[in-house]
Amino acid sequence: MNSTDLVDRPHLRDDRPDFAPGDTLKVHVRVVEGTRERIQLFQGVVIRRQGSGVRETFSVRKVSFGVGVERTFPLHSPIVAKIEVATRGDVRRAKLYYLRDRIGKAAKVKEKRV
Amino acid sequence: MAGKGILGRKLGMTQIWDAENRVVPVTVVQAGPCRVVQLKTPERDGYAAIQLSFGAVKAARLSKPALGHLEAARAEPARHLAELRVDDLAGYAVGQVIAADVFGAGERVDVTGISKGKGFSGVMQRHNFKGQGASHGNHKNHRSPGSIGACATPARVFKGMRMAGQHGSRSVTTLNLEVVEGDAERGLLLIRGAVPGPAGGLVLVRNAVKGPPVAPPAAARLADAVAVAVPTDPRESDPVGAAPESAG
Repeated sequence: MNSTDLVDRPHLRDDRPDFAPGDTLKVHVRVVEGTRERIQLFQGVVIRRQGSGVRETFSVRKVSFGVGVERTFPLHSPIVAKIEVATRGDVRRAKLYYLRDRIGKAAKVKEKRV
Repeated sequence: MAGKGILGRKLGMTQIWDAENRVVPVTVVQAGPCRVVQLKTPERDGYAAIQLSFGAVKAARLSKPALGHLEAARAEPARHLAELRVDDLAGYAVGQVIAADVFGAGERVDVTGISKGKGFSGVMQRHNFKGQGASHGNHKNHRSPGSIGACATPARVFKGMRMAGQHGSRSVTTLNLEVVEGDAERGLLLIRGAVPGPAGGLVLVRNAVKGPPVAPPAAARLADAVAVAVPTDPRESDPVGAAPESAG
């Protein structure tokens, strides 16, 4: 146990589902507009998870109007209101950077057969 | 001049989220409890200061003079003693306990510690010299300092010429850091940013001698921030931590 764990504990979120690179996520992001707050959906493929504890982050990639968009979220960030796992992906890498070089059908991640 | 302070142990760094959901890098300091073991008065010592003790230790580890000094203040055996200059001795008494609650969120502090030792280091590491070229016939002088002066005039090397030598392991003070959170229950101080020294090192936290007055409380800053509109992006590509700091 690290001596700073006691400080981290209240900041760790226990409502995060298990997910891995290749999974398709629906990330519910809190967006503050003026005085109003609303939820924005960011749906895409997880291309990496890195770090551990309160510092852990994950990156989600999607193609929006023909432009690739990647967003990195701290896993325990309060701006991430909810994470939904849409599909489980069948991949053999921990980091799916190869998806960046692919377009169209080639950029699809196979769904895991259970 | 410092009016208050506390000795502590640096536990390490981590991060927390503030009221606007921004990540704040913090150093966790186990501060106190310290005991005031001696008062230095202008009449007797020529200046006003308090001496603090910190860190539990077995009595057998201390010399008899050190034990006697602590016993005179009815203080427990302590590993560290440090002196803190104060403006006014009023409010301090020998034997008084100083805990982490002397500092609260939003206060500015100076933190003194012994920096990490780097041993005998060359000029590149110690003074950020550029070194020399890797090629063009350079031979075994890639990390050398180069010239250290002229020739027959002045026929000597100027004092203070930066050269290789002991790097680190000296007393360093970082000024004007913000206390993000004080945890009086566990005796912790969360200080924004880095403080000198390794994890486990002794640090002295004092109130800041320079810099701006105490920042407004978090609630006031939040009110400023929510007045700023975030443009709606159909592609939802706004970066993480989208809450803007201010209109600027």
